[in-house]
Amino acid sequence: MRYDAATPNAIEATGLVKRFGKTTALAGVDIVAGQGRVLGVLGPNGAGKTTAVRILATLLRPDGGQARVCGYDVVGDAHRVRQLIGLTGQYASVDEGLSGTNNLIMIGRLLGLDRRAARARAADLLGRFDLAAAAARPVKTYSGGMRRRLDLAASLVGSPRVLYLDEPTTGLDPRSRTDVWHMVRELVSDGVTVLLTTQYLDEADQLAHDILVIDRGTVIATGTPDELKARTGRQVLRISPSDPARLAEAAALVEAACGAKVTTDAEVGAVSASVASTALLPRIVRELDARGIELAEFTLRKPSLDEVFFALTGRPADGKDSGTRELEGSKP
Amino acid sequence: MTALAGPAFPAPPRRLGLRGGLRNTSTLTWRSVLKIRTNMEDVLGLSLNPIMFLLLFTYVFGGAIAGGTHAYLQFELPGILVLSVVFATLGTGLMLNQDIAGGVFDRFRSLPIARWAPLAGAVLGDMVRYMISVAITLGFGMILGFRITTSALSAFAGCLLVLAFALAMCWVSALIGLLAKTPQGVQWFGSLIYFPLTFGSNVLVPTQTMPGWLQAFVKVNPMTDLTEAVRGLLVGGPVATPVIRSLLWAVGIFAVFAPLAVRVYRRKT
Repeated sequence: MRYDAATPNAIEATGLVKRFGKTTALAGVDIVAGQGRVLGVLGPNGAGKTTAVRILATLLRPDGGQARVCGYDVVGDAHRVRQLIGLTGQYASVDEGLSGTNNLIMIGRLLGLDRRAARARAADLLGRFDLAAAAARPVKTYSGGMRRRLDLAASLVGSPRVLYLDEPTTGLDPRSRTDVWHMVRELVSDGVTVLLTTQYLDEADQLAHDILVIDRGTVIATGTPDELKARTGRQVLRISPSDPARLAEAAALVEAACGAKVTTDAEVGAVSASVASTALLPRIVRELDARGIELAEFTLRKPSLDEVFFALTGRPADGKDSGTRELEGSKP
Repeated sequence: MTALAGPAFPAPPRRLGLRGGLRNTSTLTWRSVLKIRTNMEDVLGLSLNPIMFLLLFTYVFGGAIAGGTHAYLQFELPGILVLSVVFATLGTGLMLNQDIAGGVFDRFRSLPIARWAPLAGAVLGDMVRYMISVAITLGFGMILGFRITTSALSAFAGCLLVLAFALAMCWVSALIGLLAKTPQGVQWFGSLIYFPLTFGSNVLVPTQTMPGWLQAFVKVNPMTDLTEAVRGLLVGGPVATPVIRSLLWAVGIFAVFAPLAVRVYRRKT
């Protein structure tokens, strides 16, 4: 069932360049996604994520570089690439004037399914995306979340081998988001390769095997989530004394040991500090013990992707400094 | 493979043949026809527009131009048939423009279908709209007192000719819809082209009543040939030459604007 054993990478792009007028949206980007893996593409608004997806989905021609999907060139062999991909854009691209069922039947028929098979596939997908009750209603009466679910269903009608999800959960409620995550995992277990762009770093953390961080049209970091977290070189230590009265004393001690500012949360009675080296830990424990401060909690965790992202780009992932809509090629 | 991944699809061929393209077109035509049903405002407009034209022109101009409303109705109805249908083709451009803005065309472009199929489907589906327009114009005209003085067959041929011409004209509209950035743009550009084309003809008044320079334009205007042909087929008069000229115009307009529209559509990246 795998399409080509000789091509281990489902997506392979090198040196992608795309300009819009004077703006350079992509300035030489390499993208690799192994078969059956989830590649999370992160980046602030206007970084070039959507441009990259549109090139890989044959909607845009690159000005430079080349891209292959399942071994087929996205420009020279676009028709073949289109038979292997599914695309869910940032904005639900479903037909407002048709019912949910007819939207999916239309796509099934366009993909060469006969009438009966197209109808069966539509009913199956509508059921899975919790849209069966609204199946006969025109899409213009759907809520935003229902539209996005239908859009996702539409991108799955053709059983794609490679699925592009461009901010698939933007605007979804937490439950629907979890449903989408569940669906992505299920597809991946079937061998589908997923390229996911997202602004929610916990989403990338949950789903992605590999991560690519793009900023201003260039790749600034790649690796697994753990590798990226390790790259910041810091971990987060958190302790809480059994006796809340000794919190200040413990905080002073940790601060002295780390040589950096600590955060004290008096309400839960905990001290957190960012530590550069785990070699400090035995020393902190010894000193706490020497003063007779008993601990209720002592944890060390990796930084969240949000913290990594901030360290890499110097700004938070949700890109509050830019508009709410990602404009292609616009500077953040 | 679990069910979410779906049924097996055939191995990817390199290109899609003409038959595949025609199959895509028929699916997309079905889509356009379904959409007409869910857009009652458009159907209402399609129906009321010819009625408004008929009432206004018959009773406002009838006395002045032909000395009586009945005589004028016999003269103008074929013209209004042309007018209503040609204006209805503007809807094709509007709908394409909305499809593009709404992202539906992005989905089509990411599917392995013939590149021209979404346009051809939109245009063919709209033929149903033009049929509605023809039926209402003719039906309401008859209520007002219009009579076909040739034969039913000849009148039917007249309606077919109008539809064939509309099939060519809606590619002009499609091109406008692809070039304009907003639906308002489609309306304005459309009006700038459609008003001189329709009213600068013998649709409502005989050519002889106009100044010489205008006659020169009216005589080369395809609407004039079409109106003359439809008049001949509905109420009598010369038929052969205007019909042939209308068909040649239709083929010519199609041959220029259909490839142009497909080209613009393909380049819209």
